[in-house]
Amino acid sequence: MKLRAIAVTVYILFLMLPIYWLVIMSFKTTNEILSGFSPWPQVWTTASYRTIFTDPTWYSGYINSISYVTINTAISVVAALPAAYAFSRYRFLGDKHLFFWLFTNRMAPAAVFALPFLQLYYAIGLFDTHLGVALAHCLFNIPLAVWILEGFMSGVPKELDETAYVDGYAFPRFFLTIFIPNIKAGIGVAAFFCFMFSWVEMLLSKTLTSVQAKPIAAVMTRTASTSGYELGLLAAAGVLTIIPGAIVIWFVRNYIAKGFALGRV
Amino acid sequence: MRTVNQHAWWFVLPVLLLVAFNALVPLMTVVNYSVQETFGNNVFFWSGLRWFEDVMTSPRFHAALGRQLLFTGLILLIEVPLGVAIALAMPRSGPWVSVCLVLMALPLLIPWNVVGAMWNIFALPDIGLLGYALNNWLGIPYNYTQNPLAAWFTIVLMDVWHWTSLVVLLAYAGLVSIPDAYYQAAKIDGARPWAVFRYIQLPKMKRVLTIAILLRFMDSFNIYTEVSVLTGGGPGNSTTLLSIDLVKIALGQFDLGRAAAMSLIYFLITLLVSWIFYAVMTKDEPS
Repeated sequence: MKLRAIAVTVYILFLMLPIYWLVIMSFKTTNEILSGFSPWPQVWTTASYRTIFTDPTWYSGYINSISYVTINTAISVVAALPAAYAFSRYRFLGDKHLFFWLFTNRMAPAAVFALPFLQLYYAIGLFDTHLGVALAHCLFNIPLAVWILEGFMSGVPKELDETAYVDGYAFPRFFLTIFIPNIKAGIGVAAFFCFMFSWVEMLLSKTLTSVQAKPIAAVMTRTASTSGYELGLLAAAGVLTIIPGAIVIWFVRNYIAKGFALGRV
Repeated sequence: MRTVNQHAWWFVLPVLLLVAFNALVPLMTVVNYSVQETFGNNVFFWSGLRWFEDVMTSPRFHAALGRQLLFTGLILLIEVPLGVAIALAMPRSGPWVSVCLVLMALPLLIPWNVVGAMWNIFALPDIGLLGYALNNWLGIPYNYTQNPLAAWFTIVLMDVWHWTSLVVLLAYAGLVSIPDAYYQAAKIDGARPWAVFRYIQLPKMKRVLTIAILLRFMDSFNIYTEVSVLTGGGPGNSTTLLSIDLVKIALGQFDLGRAAAMSLIYFLITLLVSWIFYAVMTKDEPS
């Protein structure tokens, strides 16, 4: 029993070390960082954070990221709900092939699509917009949302649907007032995954934006390379990108184990 | 039993349109480039399968593919057993479960280029914790920007740090779904821990492990951002994996025909291997 606790503790410590180092770096002064190794800041400073919160190029990056992630999550979940219902309840021509084809899009290397995406979104005038990035991320988030929701919906007995019809519910009313409340957990998990993959994806969101919709993490690398190597600033921006994820995890912590199994345990 | 209903197509139509828009148009663009030759000024010539022959026979592609297979192989060999072991060691219930799960999920929600930047800061030989500890406390010479072996060690360790938790969470979800009665029965039969693992826990984890292995295969095979930020493919070409090489050809050299042909070959390899994994792992299941 002891050995198990030690193994888990060591693993979590290993996960925390690079994060600890990032946080520590963000509170050091540039002079201290460049002057050599120190496991703890000699002088604590919040200068890096102040720079980020007062400079619009920095904080607008956060607003951009959160905007397109929210739009993408909304589109993915809303579009996936009826589709997942169809896959879980009905058989129709080509259903299996369609399901598999949807999932192959999750396998496409983003690097393959970067350039054609740029041309496509440029052509339809969605280059450098929040909506553009949100739509592009649908490529891998919609298949995932359909997959997760289908798993949860298949866990709801079909008798529920039949009873509702007998009671005289029309389909839209049944779907919205009875069925959706029954798969609340699944919707939460699907939204969490859409948030997660849209938030962490960087190749497409960086390719599809230049100024107006640039994500925070891209602002970070650009600024770091143009204004010399400001590690403290880079570290502080990094720390701030971890926080939204941490908040979201805290809210879904009780569903996480089931959610990662995509409702299919 | 699901009922036959062709009207269900209306339900999947929004999804179909959104994904097809994003998948088919870019895919056709890639196919289009892959069979043409250009000398600039938007003038294109039909070149048949020349680009495909070129890529398939080029030593550069073989080298990148070899590195990619080595990387993905290492990742699967380390992350899957390690993830299962950690999941087995986790408590089944109690207040610590949530804390462990939240801390473990944290690396999964960090933007990928931040992961790269973070490991860059962590591994710097003179001021990073990992680099400093290896060089000065353990006396192992370590510099990931100059030594290929050190660079490989760093990218593999980074990926283990980043993604092992996904395997842990999936395997854990499989484990908690096992009813207590199974364990009690095993105890009465006097089963050893290995037998419990082999005949109760492993079969119950099979579904989720299939998902874990597939996801880890796809994502490690397509890895770009983290490695590109950390090593940029160097030193030399030693960590130039497939995606990094592809982006160099497409956006660096603007060699569109070659890049497009390589993209299609790359995608087909991913599809093929995923399908093989899937077919092997689900072959005993009734369809």
